[in-house]
Amino acid sequence: MNWIRHKIDQIKEPFEPGNKLQKYRPAINALDTFLFVPDHTTQKGAHIRDAVDLKRTMITVVLALIPALLFGMWNAGYQHYTQLGENPAIFEAILHGAYKIVPMIVVSYGVGLGLEFAFAIMRGHEVNEGYLVTGLLIPMIMPVDIPLWMVALSVIFAVLIGKEAFGGTGMNILNPALTARAFAFFAYPTYMSGNKIWVSEASNVDSISGETILGSLAANKEITYNTAEMFTGIIPGSISETSTLCIAVGALILILTKVGSWRIILSGIIGAAVMGMIFNALNIEGNGLTNFPWYQHIIVGGFAFGIVFMATDPVSGAQTTRGKWIYGFLIGLFGIMIRVFNPAYPEGIMLSILLLNVFAPTIDHYVIQGNVKKRQKRLQMKTVKTA
Amino acid sequence: MPTDVKIKKGLKLNLKGEATETFEQGENTKTVALRPANFYSLVPKMVLKEGAKLKAGDEVFFSKYSAKTRVVSPVSGTLKEVRRGAKRKILDVIIEADETQVYKDFGVMDPLKSDSTEVKDRIFSTGLGIFLNQRPYNIPANADDTPKAIYISAYNTAPLTGSAEFILKARVEFFQAGINALTKLTGGKVYLGVDKQSASFLKDIENVEILNISGPHPAGNLGTLIHETEPMNRGERVWTVNPEDVAIIGEQFKTGKYNAQRTVAVTGTSAKNRKYFKTIAGAEVKSILKDFEDNSRIISGNVLTGEKVEADGYLNFFANELTVIPEGNEFRMFGWIPFIDNNIHSMSKTSLSWLFPKRKYEVNTNINGEERALVVTGEMEEVMPLDIFPMQLIKACMAGDIEKMESLGIYEVVPEDFALIDYTNTSKIEAQSIIRGGLDIMLTEVG
Repeated sequence: MNWIRHKIDQIKEPFEPGNKLQKYRPAINALDTFLFVPDHTTQKGAHIRDAVDLKRTMITVVLALIPALLFGMWNAGYQHYTQLGENPAIFEAILHGAYKIVPMIVVSYGVGLGLEFAFAIMRGHEVNEGYLVTGLLIPMIMPVDIPLWMVALSVIFAVLIGKEAFGGTGMNILNPALTARAFAFFAYPTYMSGNKIWVSEASNVDSISGETILGSLAANKEITYNTAEMFTGIIPGSISETSTLCIAVGALILILTKVGSWRIILSGIIGAAVMGMIFNALNIEGNGLTNFPWYQHIIVGGFAFGIVFMATDPVSGAQTTRGKWIYGFLIGLFGIMIRVFNPAYPEGIMLSILLLNVFAPTIDHYVIQGNVKKRQKRLQMKTVKTA
Repeated sequence: MPTDVKIKKGLKLNLKGEATETFEQGENTKTVALRPANFYSLVPKMVLKEGAKLKAGDEVFFSKYSAKTRVVSPVSGTLKEVRRGAKRKILDVIIEADETQVYKDFGVMDPLKSDSTEVKDRIFSTGLGIFLNQRPYNIPANADDTPKAIYISAYNTAPLTGSAEFILKARVEFFQAGINALTKLTGGKVYLGVDKQSASFLKDIENVEILNISGPHPAGNLGTLIHETEPMNRGERVWTVNPEDVAIIGEQFKTGKYNAQRTVAVTGTSAKNRKYFKTIAGAEVKSILKDFEDNSRIISGNVLTGEKVEADGYLNFFANELTVIPEGNEFRMFGWIPFIDNNIHSMSKTSLSWLFPKRKYEVNTNINGEERALVVTGEMEEVMPLDIFPMQLIKACMAGDIEKMESLGIYEVVPEDFALIDYTNTSKIEAQSIIRGGLDIMLTEVG
């Protein structure tokens, strides 16, 4: 281990302050800190520090994404082969999925981290680890057949306009991964919606429709999938959003490690259930989505993935405890509402989360005002008493 | 009738290296240092010149902006040196101690039989005023104020600290006399925080309102006690005193001698002789710490709020602990991976350390990461028992937004209330120094 350290110190020499390449220090530091936790010691404040850091937190989220990602790869292959009437082996299905998805991940990380490094060098701060999660999330919520250049463009838009324009990590208003998806959705609608894009290479197959459940419902067609299939996720859809089961495993990891807010997840599910039940009770004829059972609303489409991995983003979400309850609940409520009322955008969750991202600071403001008012009142009482 | 102060939010840190409860007389310190930095915001004006002879209790310097705030010599001897830094700022005043101590005689006074102006005059004219700290801002008390209450916490919940109960055991009489004097300074109550679990003699102290404290750190912090009893409002003043200093005040009233005895618990895994040492406030570190590991950090105070000192330096004037822990200037390969290096404590659940709540940890000074943008939310609230939004207040302090700081409760906090946030936050931001910065702005702008 010592010789590795020694070697790295040698490599880092030209990047040290005062040397030729010192400008590029953040880049080399980012790589170094992935091998070694630095030897920095506390200089002010508390003399001891907790073992947790941002790298550890972000990697925990990546770990939580792995089950959904692997399932997404398998499902991409499985859906592809079954539309051709074949019955693939697990390995075969994963191989096809990986062939499609791994390049997307590589492009997303390559382009995104490139930009992050460039901004870190330009602004002279260390590289923040947030993109490790964003960079994986972006391919996971795209349709499987999306061209790689679109992935790259979406990433550039998300990082530049969604994040760096606001001052970088920790300052962004919108969730960067959803910003990327929203960009692709509105810029290239033909690649992002319809009934030929959700299954790998479906457009090459005539007369077979691989549309999503929500797509069929919006068109008032019969659903051919049962609840178990919806829950396990053996259905067409964006790469990793289909399996509520795998997402639940991820949610469990986030909640047990306390990295994701259970309050947002729980209140989101409650919000969606409430809205779903309201629609079920209204029983409007002619709209397949209103009569779609509320519990199935929760397990199809991007709802589960959105509420677990997107809504819980601490930067763009509400920051206060009470705010988190309200924020999550409204995401669920609006998500199902948009989904039902606007069949042109069956993916209401994306829009709902982005909408609530914008309103999160307002929610927090009112929660904090409660605390501020309490303090003012105490002061007033005091003044009255002494007067 | 004792009041209960019970909090749930916070963190009990179990660390290795506690001091055993035995006293040892520290070696006679050759010199003591009075460091203005220990009396935050005080700008000293010297009374004596280098070479002057003085008795214990003779005035050495006073505050430029409030002449009644005086600092007197804890020992008799010779004023050896006034060390100055940039712009001739006084850093240390070094006094060489005599072999046999001579005390200035202030005369005996029974505070309960005297009226409050006499008691107050005596406290401030004889230099005992420096033991009184003012909230907000945590600065030396101003003799012209009358605080709404006075707080003493005899239950230190921070890790590796000296037990006030043990320190005071031999000085109960003086402690009571000190309390009696303090009651004359305020129109309100004098509060004494004690451990609810212990059947301590402290619960029999008279003329105080006993607060029975229970819960994890920072349950015993003065900020917590004030918040749970009479929260601070704008314009109010509260004074706080360390328990041992109450005994020093009491002894001076009872005997007429200023005996600045400081009992210091030597703790931490790197210190070899871990006991309670009796010495003098501002004594040399080496008078009580001889044997310790190389590559250690010496902290005058506890690991969360203490001051870094050198082995040939001086003790913090107020600290009852001297903590010695290893420096963490080592690289750890792949230490950032979750569930790796579980021997390092973490409040988050990304380390298996939470499975062993009773386990004691060995700590060092490694930051365990690097400073990053504020990303994670909700973790600061877990260790903040006060009804305050910590992250929002920190941001207001960073922005220097006076109105916002005030509305979010800056008057109710001092840096030590944010010490656990320093320790636990994922982004490794220096919460205590940010809060200190915010308080400094308030001090100059509002006062």
